Amino acid sequence: MAVVFDKPHALVDMPMHYCPGCTHGIIHRLVAEVIDELGIEGRTIGIAPVGCSVMAYDYFACDMIEAAHGRAPAVATGVKRSDPDKHIVFTYQGDGDLASIGMAETVHAAARNENITVIFVNNAIYGMTGGQMAPTSLPGQVTQTSPYGRDTKHCGFPIRVCEMLSELEGPEYLERVTVNSVANIRKAKKAIKKAFQNQIDGKGFSLVEVVSSCPTNWGMTPQAALKWIDDNMLPYYPLGVYKDRSAEEDAK
Amino acid sequence: MAKLTFKTDRCKGCGLCVDACPKKLLQLAADKINKKGHHPAEITDQEACVGCAACAMMCPDCVIKVER
Repeated sequence: MAVVFDKPHALVDMPMHYCPGCTHGIIHRLVAEVIDELGIEGRTIGIAPVGCSVMAYDYFACDMIEAAHGRAPAVATGVKRSDPDKHIVFTYQGDGDLASIGMAETVHAAARNENITVIFVNNAIYGMTGGQMAPTSLPGQVTQTSPYGRDTKHCGFPIRVCEMLSELEGPEYLERVTVNSVANIRKAKKAIKKAFQNQIDGKGFSLVEVVSSCPTNWGMTPQAALKWIDDNMLPYYPLGVYKDRSAEEDAK
Repeated sequence: MAKLTFKTDRCKGCGLCVDACPKKLLQLAADKINKKGHHPAEITDQEACVGCAACAMMCPDCVIKVER
């Protein structure tokens, strides 16, 4: 019998600290599978964020660097520019990291079309600190710091990162995917693979936003959380490709 | 004919694999508790499994190895 599915080599064989049913584990695996398939484990350097995935450096078999909160794209810029032909650099960031404290670094890395890959995990809440409202929390969403639901008059509106960055001239590739079903996981892997391939081909800044779940802080079962993505997250964060400059230029 | 192997002590009992199985062959073992204190996933009918790996794709913790 042939093995049709097993843990990818680029993922270290150790238990992850994530809550039961947290989709971080799936997204870690997809990134590791892509690193395996492209055969780049030896020259890949990952940048870990602050947030639930702060210990991502323990789980990936490639070299990893821990960045200060939100500064992963800035650290990735430095690592990439130190040896652009050799290093494959990716950042793995949550919404509290990338869309809040790290917004400036994200936008400027995109504007510079820095040749890095960004994996952006959007679960609409601050997970590690106990479920506070994030820049991506939905209008009306109940969190620890918005117990009556996010009031947009007081707290403003959630940020759609892919749409916002797509207005910039800089970025090469922006896509939003989710991992709440087997079919969506396959699509997410395809997007992540393209984001890494773009970097290998020297095309520039590629960001894949993965709409993710947080069963613990959303206060529901893992199954209900995946359904909540369909019912609440995806209407506000529609899936799709927001920018693919090479494809647009080819079409001209 | 397919074979599933579970790293039982890694399972967190979230049950995403149970829902993912198109043939509904998986369950959380109500009579077992693993090292982490969860009811681990198990297969009820190994013979009926076709090895589609949907369960393994959904598993956040790489618990399931699929052979076919």
